[in-house]
Amino acid sequence: MTTTAQAERPAVRKSTPGAARGPRRRTGRVRRVGLPYLLLLPALLLELLVHLVPMVIGIVMSFKELTQFYIRDWGAAPWSALDNYRVSVDFDAPVGEALLHSFLVTIAFTLLSVGLCWLIGTAAAVFMQDTFRGRGLLRALFLVPYALPVYAAVITWVFMFQHDNGLVNHVLHDQLGLTDKPSFWLIGDNSFIALLTVSVWKGWPFAFLIVMAGLQNIPGELYEAAALDGAGVWQRIRRITLPSLRPVNQVLVLVLFLWTFNDFNTPFVLFGRTAPEAADLISVHIYQASFVTWNFGTGSAMSVLLLLFLLLVTGGYLALTSRGRRRAS
Amino acid sequence: MAPPRSFLWSRRIFLTLLTGFVLVPVYVMVSSSLKPLADVTGKFRWLPSELTIRPYIDIWSTVPLARYFVNSLVVAGAATVCSVVIAVFSAYAVSRYEFRGKRVFTVTVLSTQMFPGILFLLPLFLIYVNIGNATGIALFGSRGGLILTYLTFSLPFSIWMLIGYFDSVPRDLDEAALVDGCGPLGALFRVVVPAAVPGIVAVAVYAFMTAWGEVLFASVMTNDTTRTLAVGLQGYSTLNDVYWNQIMAASLVVSVPVVAGFLLLQRYLVAGLTAGAVK
Repeated sequence: MTTTAQAERPAVRKSTPGAARGPRRRTGRVRRVGLPYLLLLPALLLELLVHLVPMVIGIVMSFKELTQFYIRDWGAAPWSALDNYRVSVDFDAPVGEALLHSFLVTIAFTLLSVGLCWLIGTAAAVFMQDTFRGRGLLRALFLVPYALPVYAAVITWVFMFQHDNGLVNHVLHDQLGLTDKPSFWLIGDNSFIALLTVSVWKGWPFAFLIVMAGLQNIPGELYEAAALDGAGVWQRIRRITLPSLRPVNQVLVLVLFLWTFNDFNTPFVLFGRTAPEAADLISVHIYQASFVTWNFGTGSAMSVLLLLFLLLVTGGYLALTSRGRRRAS
Repeated sequence: MAPPRSFLWSRRIFLTLLTGFVLVPVYVMVSSSLKPLADVTGKFRWLPSELTIRPYIDIWSTVPLARYFVNSLVVAGAATVCSVVIAVFSAYAVSRYEFRGKRVFTVTVLSTQMFPGILFLLPLFLIYVNIGNATGIALFGSRGGLILTYLTFSLPFSIWMLIGYFDSVPRDLDEAALVDGCGPLGALFRVVVPAAVPGIVAVAVYAFMTAWGEVLFASVMTNDTTRTLAVGLQGYSTLNDVYWNQIMAASLVVSVPVVAGFLLLQRYLVAGLTAGAVK
């Protein structure tokens, strides 16, 4: 690559008029040292303003006794050292107990949702790898849940989960007779199932998209060779398709995990400002601690704890998968 | 070689069930939007008792939907344009140059993806209010503040995807352009960007959808005049009535632009993901 560029350079020099070429190249080089930084500047400034500075402020806030009385001048809020953290992790007291519960619910929800999204997305992509009639249409259709704005999609589910006039109870109770009486879906224990259903419905097409893209990178010769060796379809899927998707899956699972774990939009539209206990995801829980019960200090401490957890998980995950990759190569 | 029957049957069953799962809410949305109010307040009916387009007329007067629509369009559109331009510059720098701090930059930007939005909601709110008090630039409650916030949401993923995409554009191409007398930016806009159109379209679609669908910041950081669709749709439920038919009609109306755009551009999206995110 560099050799071809160098080989062409003299020819160009001949065509550029005059001796200005020498100094200009030097300034060019000087400019180029600064250029990458210049190109990165807008992104850096924005990330600083909207993500990093707020994060630092959030960390500072977590050490303060920040209630609604101090919200106009948060700097004046009294320093509380580790009190907010102590309250958050005191699992015998109400605040800590609720946080732990919410954390466990979130973990269970995230694992189930990511697992199901991955499973459905992968199965759909693998089944649709070969061409068949109606494949294009089906693919477009499958992407609709992903393309729909969250609130529009989730509001539709809210309607379907209504106790008296919803589709879910109508089908389960009136038409199939599976339940004794119409159930409540947006309060009580069923809310976990409702949340999971909506999350999977909305999320699996992303896995489908990524896996579909990943499948396009598998060279056709691999399949031809396997076919020559007499491998059947199922064997080809198990021995070629799925192993080839490994690097794709590593990224996919991490991204899905982070997005699902931090998802606020889905539970917020589904349940409102206060989620039922069984579906009390941590992001809404923190929102509630901060904006409903007006304890911003505790809310910030919970956020920081959450961030630490995510850093730990992501770091561990990356270390694990990159080691696997090194061993594979 | 024809696939065996077991494969064909599994495929048929799986895809049929999945189609049902995907379609039911879409059907509910469409059919309910054409029902009279009595149909959506009583027991659920699969078929409307009478077809009416009344909800589609009423949605514009029950809440100021047109204003919310314009707000969403302005906010999501501006956030998308800014986010794509900034991501193109950053990705180009990372893909084509060696410089100190490159790794720190990519890791930092990517790790912001990890932050729970709730972590910086309140601090950001305070920052915007303080900037407003100090400089008179109204960020809180304005479209500008929302644009600024949203464009950073899609930025990390966009940069990451475009780095991969730009890496797949042969370096020889833009080096040749540099040799031919283009400046680095000339090479970027005349060679790399045209070659990376699918990736850029994919990133734009993603950025637009992120901004169009965001709820949390929209509900805290907007006021009556700047409210977006994400918050505005809540206006259809009053204390006495929930106008489900109007909610469904409005949901459909706000979904059509994004879904249509997305489906038109989905080929680009797969192509963009193939080279960008999936390598």
